[in-house]
Amino acid sequence: MINKDTFREKVALAEMLKGGVIMDVTNVEQAKIAEESGAVSVMALERIPSDIRADGGVARMSNPQMIKEIQENVSIPVMAKCRIGHFAEAQVLEALEVDFIDESEVLTIADEEAHILKHPFKIPFVCGARNLGEALRRIDEGAAMIRTKGEAGSGNIVEAVRHMNMINKQIFELTENNLDEKASEFRVPTDLVKYVLQNKKLPVPNFAAGGIATPADASLMMQLGAETVFVGSGIFKSSDPLERAKSIVHAVTHYKNSEEVLKASYNLKDAMKGILMSDLSEDEKFSNRGD
Amino acid sequence: MKSFLIEEIKLIGVLALQGNFQSHLEILNQLGKTSKEIKFSKELDQIEGLIIPGGESTTIYNLLNREKNFAREIKSFSRSFPILGTCAGLILMSKIEDDKIVKSLNILDVLVERNAYGRQINSFSASIQLKNDSFDERLIQGSFIRAPKIISYGEDTEPFAFFQNEVVGIKSGKHIGITFHPEIFQETFIHEICFS
Repeated sequence: MINKDTFREKVALAEMLKGGVIMDVTNVEQAKIAEESGAVSVMALERIPSDIRADGGVARMSNPQMIKEIQENVSIPVMAKCRIGHFAEAQVLEALEVDFIDESEVLTIADEEAHILKHPFKIPFVCGARNLGEALRRIDEGAAMIRTKGEAGSGNIVEAVRHMNMINKQIFELTENNLDEKASEFRVPTDLVKYVLQNKKLPVPNFAAGGIATPADASLMMQLGAETVFVGSGIFKSSDPLERAKSIVHAVTHYKNSEEVLKASYNLKDAMKGILMSDLSEDEKFSNRGD
Repeated sequence: MKSFLIEEIKLIGVLALQGNFQSHLEILNQLGKTSKEIKFSKELDQIEGLIIPGGESTTIYNLLNREKNFAREIKSFSRSFPILGTCAGLILMSKIEDDKIVKSLNILDVLVERNAYGRQINSFSASIQLKNDSFDERLIQGSFIRAPKIISYGEDTEPFAFFQNEVVGIKSGKHIGITFHPEIFQETFIHEICFS
């Protein structure tokens, strides 16, 4: 008896990516640097979030040719992003056989009413969340991995911390008595909320993304409960990508060991400059896209 | 110092550089065994069995080589104590030829091909037949996630796990290497035979 393409196998890949770093890359050369530095996976995209932010205009799924070249040149899993609600972009990425699809707020939103129904797809999806309700809605639609939205391309960890803390706080506020109320507030089946209450965790791995720029940022997110971290602009917007990538990987492996995080923090050149949240209008925040 | 007097105190380590090492710690816990995350070679002195878990073989290999002699210490550990490798763990225990990225520890006389079933879209779960003189034949569930295939194995190894006429698990002395993930189904039998 063989079971293929079920939710179990999708979540299993997310399980295998635990304790690692997933890096944004825009070409083969960067993908190879990421692999060499110890990345567990790469996210292939045309422009990293900080450039999408700077360039403006509509941000879409990346050129499949670029994704394909990266697939052919690294042996670690390759992820790619589609727009929120753009199931045709997701179908193209599935035909390309990427290993994970990120339905991402970093790209311009395609459907303001609905996210993609992810269960019918054969490959797993990861989605961003700012709170427990958003996380559970995405899981209900079929997401096999959740990540904090954070504020991509900002080099500022504050939003990722806010989202991780919010999810943790809302998990611990669940009780047998408020299950139905919470399920209706979150707009998800009660069984899903019940699972979270009983296990004190989401039913899929919970990763951190958005604004991670230093080894200590990575350690912070892991200590707050993230099981792996995504690093976008933080690596290839720094002055020393390979060293920084290796250091962030080291800091995730040894996140509880401050001496090792210290070692990882030595000798790094300048981190990306970063943006204060107060300098972004609500319209400019990627994390406000999708709910 | 290892104690050989008190047999029951057998600490099993799980290599915890990257991957789903937490699931294996939970299975050992279910089996009533004490366990420990292993992140440095010096910690090998404290354990009497090791699991090399699934994850990304490229990443685990890379991290292993950040500490000088870690790979060599695991190899020397394997002369005295059992090692169980699943998926990426099997890849690291095997003999690998002509792979630019991953060089293996050469603990099992087995040749493997990485990602042999293809990308994630080809990942699946299945019933796996276990057959060996030392236990009753049985079926267990396992997931093959971007899994490797066993291409060939040496005369001194015993194939013991089969899926559709393919060998998916090998015993070699006290060591076990499997291409699939029983822990995804909370299957504990392979852990039991490796560390009993």
